[in-house]
Amino acid sequence: MNAIINLSRRNFLKTSALAGGGLILGVHLPGLARAAEASQQGASPFPLNAFVRIGQDDTVTVIVNHSEMGQGPYTSIPMMVAEELDADWNKVRYEAAPVAPEYNHSVYGIQMTGGSTSTWSEWERVRKAGAAARQMLLAAAGETWGVSADTCRTENNQVIHGGSGRKLSYGELAEKASLLTPPQNPPLKDPKKFKLVGKPTRRLDTPEKTNGKAIFGLDVNVPGMVVAMIARPPVFGAKLKSFNAEKAKAIPGVQRVVEIERGIAVVADGFWPAKHGREALEIIWDEGPLASLDSRTQREQYAELARKPGTLALKQGDVATALGGAAKRFEAIYDLPYLAHATMEPMNCVADVRADSAEVWTGTQYQTGDRDAIVKDTGLKPEQVKLHTMLCGGGFGRRAVIDSHFVREAVQVSKAIQKPVKVVWTREDDMRGGYYRPRAFHSISAGLDADGKPVAWQHRIVCQSFIVGTPFEAFVIKDGVDETTVEGAKDIPYEIPNLLVDWQMAPGGVPCLWLRSVGHSHNAFVVETFIDELAHAAGKDPFEFRRALLANHPRHKRVLEFAAEKAGWGKPLSTGRGRGIAMHESFGSFFAHVIEASVSKEGKVRVHRVVGAVDCGPVVNPDTIRAQIEGGAVFALTAALYGEITFEQGRVKQRNFHDYPMLRMNEMPEVEGHIIPSEERMGGVGEPGVPPIAPALANAIFAVTGKRVRQLPIRAEDLRA
Amino acid sequence: MTSLTVNRKKYELDVDPTTPLLWVLREKLQLTGTKFGCGMALCGACTVHLNGEAVRSCVTPLSRAAGKEVVTIEGLSPDLARPLQQAWITEDVPQCGYCQSGQIMAAAVLLRENSNPSDTDIDECMTGNICRCGTYQRIRRAIHLAAKLKTERK
Repeated sequence: MNAIINLSRRNFLKTSALAGGGLILGVHLPGLARAAEASQQGASPFPLNAFVRIGQDDTVTVIVNHSEMGQGPYTSIPMMVAEELDADWNKVRYEAAPVAPEYNHSVYGIQMTGGSTSTWSEWERVRKAGAAARQMLLAAAGETWGVSADTCRTENNQVIHGGSGRKLSYGELAEKASLLTPPQNPPLKDPKKFKLVGKPTRRLDTPEKTNGKAIFGLDVNVPGMVVAMIARPPVFGAKLKSFNAEKAKAIPGVQRVVEIERGIAVVADGFWPAKHGREALEIIWDEGPLASLDSRTQREQYAELARKPGTLALKQGDVATALGGAAKRFEAIYDLPYLAHATMEPMNCVADVRADSAEVWTGTQYQTGDRDAIVKDTGLKPEQVKLHTMLCGGGFGRRAVIDSHFVREAVQVSKAIQKPVKVVWTREDDMRGGYYRPRAFHSISAGLDADGKPVAWQHRIVCQSFIVGTPFEAFVIKDGVDETTVEGAKDIPYEIPNLLVDWQMAPGGVPCLWLRSVGHSHNAFVVETFIDELAHAAGKDPFEFRRALLANHPRHKRVLEFAAEKAGWGKPLSTGRGRGIAMHESFGSFFAHVIEASVSKEGKVRVHRVVGAVDCGPVVNPDTIRAQIEGGAVFALTAALYGEITFEQGRVKQRNFHDYPMLRMNEMPEVEGHIIPSEERMGGVGEPGVPPIAPALANAIFAVTGKRVRQLPIRAEDLRA
Repeated sequence: MTSLTVNRKKYELDVDPTTPLLWVLREKLQLTGTKFGCGMALCGACTVHLNGEAVRSCVTPLSRAAGKEVVTIEGLSPDLARPLQQAWITEDVPQCGYCQSGQIMAAAVLLRENSNPSDTDIDECMTGNICRCGTYQRIRRAIHLAAKLKTERK
């Protein structure tokens, strides 16, 4: 996704293939906030623009166009609006935006959430929305009192007349203000005057997430709704040959069995009969070319590809000559597996398709694409389609689905049975349903000169592409290279005079997708463990070795130093513990981690302490950033210690949390998050805390065992004493 | 017909008695605070109290709840719900929030039985509840805080 941001900054405007009719709006504040007006309801009926509605009871509702998956936009975006609006934070509420061009991503040009962009991409637009609303309230007050708006000020949901001290609440002014034309370019506050932005602020969605009232996609209930479960092919790419539904239909509670594009839907009164009905289906599949897919033979296939040059992603100097002349040469092979997102809330979607309308409720990160898919599958017009973005029980990229499959399934079933339907995925469906972080096989070599300085670095990545053949191709494929496969490798920050990074596209077939930090998740592991290896080979301290190679990368250098300082790098450790460091830039932010770990005689790894430091530029909610450092660490440790999707006879072997385990409470290390005060360009925080974790852990394991981890997940048998 | 009490209310339900309690709560009684995560008692998202004990409702057939008292997140008694929810808010625990009903229901039994749980007690009680967002550190802090709040209220 990083690649998309970088490319989109240059290229996204040039094409409208993805835009679904709406292009970049920048800071567009429509006078008639169409979508906001359409959803008028409850306490805040007066739209001041697309992002702000105010009610007579003084409630300020901020319409949020980024999906809430836990990463915090339902708080950070209202904070930015409230700051410029001088709103009373206790009166601020959030509401999910409908699908409309007003809510397109300010950079991507379509409505979606991804690439750790929600805060920085709205930093200007929603503050302007807040500032514009404030000016309208000032004007409305001035008009009411017959004074110039310039003589009035705002404070805590009130306009105050400077001369007389008269006051009117925002609620009292909302209706009048909503009839005014929004100013197009309202001035923004001097950041030094911020009262809310930059301060630790409790999330707005916590109360409802602690009393059972929060409604996730799976909790949606529509009158007359039935439940469907889909029998999908056991092998990716398999085709349906024939099926017999007699036994399924005989199960009490099963209503219908219908064939849709991706499988056979069993429609029932509820989850339990739907599940039994699906189990009773007799299906014959034509399993197709992936029927023999096996992770072990796939490794051989990838290793073979790694022997041949790939498409160039980066070339600088002359690597072959430099390697030939190096005093010491090092080579390594890395193998990193497919990974499942395993969101706590399995995929699901509610659809109600009628002759002249379609209404869909789901936790999605990809509103424009999903809306367009609904239009295509129903034959309705976009204005006849209503898509409700629900709270997402985890996302990590799994809900930004380029082919909109989980939405399309529900739409197709509802269309076929002419009833509202909820399609539910079981954990097993979710685990085996594909859209994984692709497997990545790396071949890397480097050379040191006589002084122990790196002179050459050659990095080959074998990895399939989930971009080729999709509408994202135009933005993400650059000079023949899928940027999501090489991000974090082709932009290695260390000063090495001769560099070569290339990509071998592995055969497709297994559905893959962006998973929290995307290509950085495997590339950072390889780069940061191999540089560590070079440091040790050069007889240098791994922190100092990196630092010496970052003279021209001040933000990298600073975050590395900050993490080392906070972690007490170089200070004595408890017996049996090792310390590892790693640093990585992604999604516009700079992260470094120091991990303390120990390894038992049996090879069992215990992570004791994680110290994370970030430079993400200006900060909106420091508490959210710390939460993302904690969450990113757990997500990445889970992958490093346990995460692996494998294939045997074309089938995914893992199915639930017993064979695709998650880090649990008793394994939770102490995680510290440190934020560097920074006025640099703002970056993201949802993903970039992930990449340095696995290499920092592997480097800590090396420090304590002398053993290098070159494949993930970490295996006890490789670390036994 | 299966009779049971849910959140102090009596129900007579004409539902297949093999149906997991989870789906009865969610689909028949519209108590959607209890979540589906795994269906195999592996993640704890579906934790409810059955006669006061924390159980995984995804593997508890309705028949096992017959004649018993079920409490869900929506009906957790205020002496436990208030300190827990207040602590969860103070520590800003949830991220996506999906697992948190189950976390709170598990923590409620711990607090009821143990007025001052240690980190080891928390590990033992809470290790069955997965949080994919990684809020464990905050859950731990919130349980310690809730214990304090609960004691102060007495």
